[in-house]
Amino acid sequence: MWRIIHQLGSPPWVYRFCDRVIPWLLPLTAVALIVGSTWGLLFAPTDYKQGDSYRIIYIHVPAAVVSLAGYYIMAFAGLVSLVWRIKLADLAMRAAAPIGAAFTAVALITGAIWGKPTWGAWWVWDARVTSMLILFFLYVGVIALFEAYDNKTIAARACAILSLVGTVNIPIIYKSVDWWYSLHQPASIKFTGSSAIDASMLYPLLGMIVAFYALFALLLMLNLKQSLTSEYAQSNWLIKRITT
Amino acid sequence: MQFDSFAAAVTMGGHGGFVWAAYAITFVVILVMIVRPVMNTRSMKGTIQREFDRKQAHEKDAS
Repeated sequence: MWRIIHQLGSPPWVYRFCDRVIPWLLPLTAVALIVGSTWGLLFAPTDYKQGDSYRIIYIHVPAAVVSLAGYYIMAFAGLVSLVWRIKLADLAMRAAAPIGAAFTAVALITGAIWGKPTWGAWWVWDARVTSMLILFFLYVGVIALFEAYDNKTIAARACAILSLVGTVNIPIIYKSVDWWYSLHQPASIKFTGSSAIDASMLYPLLGMIVAFYALFALLLMLNLKQSLTSEYAQSNWLIKRITT
Repeated sequence: MQFDSFAAAVTMGGHGGFVWAAYAITFVVILVMIVRPVMNTRSMKGTIQREFDRKQAHEKDAS
């Protein structure tokens, strides 16, 4: 256990780990995304109420799920970097921020496109939509805050604090559809009890959620490798690894 | 397959524009997010390699 934690704090070990996993994860993710999308677009049944516009669910929900999971990862890395001053945690936090921002943007944009034929409007100041917009601003805020400081040690600390304070928004997003009268439908998938969605629609959705999680892991490793390469460009272990 | 023809899959009963646009935007974003760090890392690796070669050549000259 302690050895794993120790290794996770070691830049050469993490770099090697990313190098080893990415060649497998990249094709697996690509196949999962293509199969899942084709299934959702062409083979899942048409919704009796919404028609075919509901097919946006197969990217909208996975993007939203992963944008929230990404925030947990960013905030946790921020906590670790704040408490134990581990350089890698700081890099992981900053690697997660742009990915989370992109997934949140995808969830908002696909939601707007889905909203037009379903709710009759591109945008609604609804509790779920608004709290997701705040999530987007939190991600962008972390990125911008880091750029705002010349001293990068202080910048990393400020980003970690912002991402930790921002976690207050996460339960609000989850609960927004229950707490407020909302246009947005509540969760259809339940871990306990039966889901309010038929298996023929549920399986491609679950498949796409798994594919998006794999995509998040892949992007996190690609970004982490990029920041490790720039951060340790002068270090012997990296020069040796690249030049041999 | 839910659709009888290619045309039906494109139009999706009038919703095709919305559905295909949502998928297109998502996949463009995904592609950019994958390609960007790969290209950046590759160019940085190139710089490190060149720097290393330059130093190596310099050391050879000195000896």
